[in-house]
Amino acid sequence: MKIDCKHVWDHISAYIDGDVDHQLRAEIDRHLEHCEICSAVMDSTRNVVVLMADERVFEIPAGYSERLHHRLDAVLQARD
Amino acid sequence: MTSTINSQGGGDLTPAVLIERILAGENHLFHDLIRPVERAVFVMLFMLLRNEVDSEDAAQETFIKIYRNLHNFRGESKFSTWVVSIARNEGLAWLRKRSSRPEEPIQPILDQDGEASTSDFTPALLTDWREVPLEALERKELGQCLCRAVLNLPPIYRDVVQLRDMDDLDIAETALVLGITQGSVKVRLHRARFMLQKELVPLLEKYAPAKRGFFGRRV
Repeated sequence: MKIDCKHVWDHISAYIDGDVDHQLRAEIDRHLEHCEICSAVMDSTRNVVVLMADERVFEIPAGYSERLHHRLDAVLQARD
Repeated sequence: MTSTINSQGGGDLTPAVLIERILAGENHLFHDLIRPVERAVFVMLFMLLRNEVDSEDAAQETFIKIYRNLHNFRGESKFSTWVVSIARNEGLAWLRKRSSRPEEPIQPILDQDGEASTSDFTPALLTDWREVPLEALERKELGQCLCRAVLNLPPIYRDVVQLRDMDDLDIAETALVLGITQGSVKVRLHRARFMLQKELVPLLEKYAPAKRGFFGRRV
């Protein structure tokens, strides 16, 4: 069965997560081989997902961890 | 350098063992127990409160609550999932408190699935994509650009991106934290990823390595 671009878009997120069955994955792969638009949409979406997972995207304030554990020390010691 | 709250962090002890020992009186082990999740808690709170000082205060309160309620953790979910759920409830409670103070702007606590327009759920169309490598994140402004894009998403879409793509929770864990079905997580994630792709594609292009021309020149 041949699938169209819209059908591929509907499954891009699930495809990236490995959440499509074997047959659908094969159909999408076949479509991607000849459709440069869907290939670029797939690659760019995956690229965004990969970048988002990096810690450098969201910076934690300097000293956050130290201040947190210092505050917790007071609570933990009160329980000793 | 990926961020995941499912990693064990320092030490070989599992959360289950650490909890058992803390409850048996080794209080100091609480520090080790929470190290792998302290970042995710701050991120969750910042996404809701948009203010570093409030987020840090709320994170401290969250961990004190977790310590005091540790005996209630039944192990039915991962410890990290339980922690993030508590952080989310703490953040929502802060938002409610904030909205009862007229001098502070009221932020929407929850919104509806229909908030974004239909056109947001189609991708930006392009014919070529040069991958932006992780090393490009050495440039601070790229991280800020990605962070801003997530913060600008409508809350229901921001939640799933944060939990699934930034904190690396799986679909079932994300559904548990948000109190929605796994099907809803998948739909929201799909829409959110396209919204981000659409917003970020024009901005990310300049961070991709330059193409080599016919004579090896950068073009």
